[in-house]
Amino acid sequence: MSLELLTILIAALKVVVVISLVLVTVMILTLMERKISGWIQNRYGPNRVGWGGILQPVADGVKFFTKEDIIPGHVDRFLYLMAPAIALVPALMTFAIVPFGDQMNFFLFGHEITLQFQLVDLNVGILYFVSIASLGVYGLIVGGFGSNNKYSMLGGLRSSAQMISYEIPMGLSIIAVVMLSGSLRLNDVVMDQAGLWNVVRQPLGFIIFVVAAFAETNRLPFDLPEAEQELVGGYHTEYSSMKFSSFMIAEYSNLITSSALITTLYFGGWQVPGLELLSLPIWLEQFLQILAFLVKTSFFIFLYMWVRWTFPRFRYDQLMNLGWKSMLPLALLNIVLTGAWIAYF
Amino acid sequence: MVELILFWIFALLAVGGAFGVVVHPNPAKSALLLVLTFFALAGEYVLLMAHFIAIVHVAVYAGAIMVLFLFVIMLLNVPEETRTSRLWGIMRYAGFTLAILLFAEIGYFGFKGFQTAYVQETDLGTVERIGQALFSKYVLPFEIASILLLVAMLGALYLSKRKLEIVGDGKTAPAGKKTEEVLVEE
Repeated sequence: MSLELLTILIAALKVVVVISLVLVTVMILTLMERKISGWIQNRYGPNRVGWGGILQPVADGVKFFTKEDIIPGHVDRFLYLMAPAIALVPALMTFAIVPFGDQMNFFLFGHEITLQFQLVDLNVGILYFVSIASLGVYGLIVGGFGSNNKYSMLGGLRSSAQMISYEIPMGLSIIAVVMLSGSLRLNDVVMDQAGLWNVVRQPLGFIIFVVAAFAETNRLPFDLPEAEQELVGGYHTEYSSMKFSSFMIAEYSNLITSSALITTLYFGGWQVPGLELLSLPIWLEQFLQILAFLVKTSFFIFLYMWVRWTFPRFRYDQLMNLGWKSMLPLALLNIVLTGAWIAYF
Repeated sequence: MVELILFWIFALLAVGGAFGVVVHPNPAKSALLLVLTFFALAGEYVLLMAHFIAIVHVAVYAGAIMVLFLFVIMLLNVPEETRTSRLWGIMRYAGFTLAILLFAEIGYFGFKGFQTAYVQETDLGTVERIGQALFSKYVLPFEIASILLLVAMLGALYLSKRKLEIVGDGKTAPAGKKTEEVLVEE
């Protein structure tokens, strides 16, 4: 087998494995969210399907697939059908740049192969995330507009305004991280945190990034595009069965990717402090690093759910005031402080 | 070979999308087709090894500016265009003539350039190279552009923050405006 063919095969295999893992994690998260909400609200949560409710996501999936697929008569057919796909594709694309481990070398069919635990190591790195994540909002806007329903329309309007407002502080807090690492590659950002994690060096930037990530993923306390009490279901009011499920999968994939990015940008990615001192065998070290990445990411996914079931929703004007009048100046201040820190030390 | 196939896919998407923007009667769908065009153009940039331009193109045009366009179109609830036949009749001839002239011009110079152009370096469009060029050779135009943006921003701020005076019956009006233009306070 030639080296070129082997490289292509490995790359294709990595894509399949990573996307399947993300989708399986989404399934687990739907159960986790309901279990955690039950725990926080002092009730059981789903516990009838399988052992302690463990097969609930499978039951939900079967339900979504077998439900009647309704297309209301008043919708703009093309836009209505396109919207779930437009929401889902960028959500699955963004995970491609997240490094979830170091690289390892091994021999296969007489060739030396370098397996990197990251789908693509792009030169533009984190900018790829910023630009693809900003496309996700089209799913919400198109869904809201194509549904031809005032509640959906309001949800779409809110999501577009919210996304634009919070992309700016998010991008500015990323700039401060990039200033420290001197590179846009996420692997370099992870390597840069070998001594000290960015959460210590960038406490303000970390808070801004997390708040903006909550707003970008439409999670409480910023879930105004789908505020049930005001907008029925927001942009997905008119959707049912698998099309509704696509929006859900997109939301949870975004949640996974932003948790992974919080880990990568501020919590040292896959690094475990002091692991190289133990001089473990290389495969064990790699395994522990990937495990560390998963644990850190899981914590931030838990944080998302914790916040969702703890805080009330913001009012729309409060959301805008926070975004433009507090977070934007603070993010700019953070850049100035980081620049001064780099110049001084 | 793969690059050629990708080039044609992106090129057809870009030209088809741009054509759709012009002829589609529904403004919201026109805007979405423009997003498709931007995306296809970004694909062409990637093929030209200009990764940074491609990503920034998607982030700024598709991700931010077009979202605002769609926001405004949805907010105003713009109805589908209705074609006034008289205008269409006059515009048809002038428009097509100009379009053919423009295409001939671009095609001619593009073809002339194509015969001599070749990609000299493969890392031409990477972040490092663009950063070096912007902060050394093109630092003056770069700074001037930033001042231009600042001025535009201040202008927008000034226009949206016009002083409001209280007029008679609790309504407000911009300073120095006639009563016809009194805004109803919200």
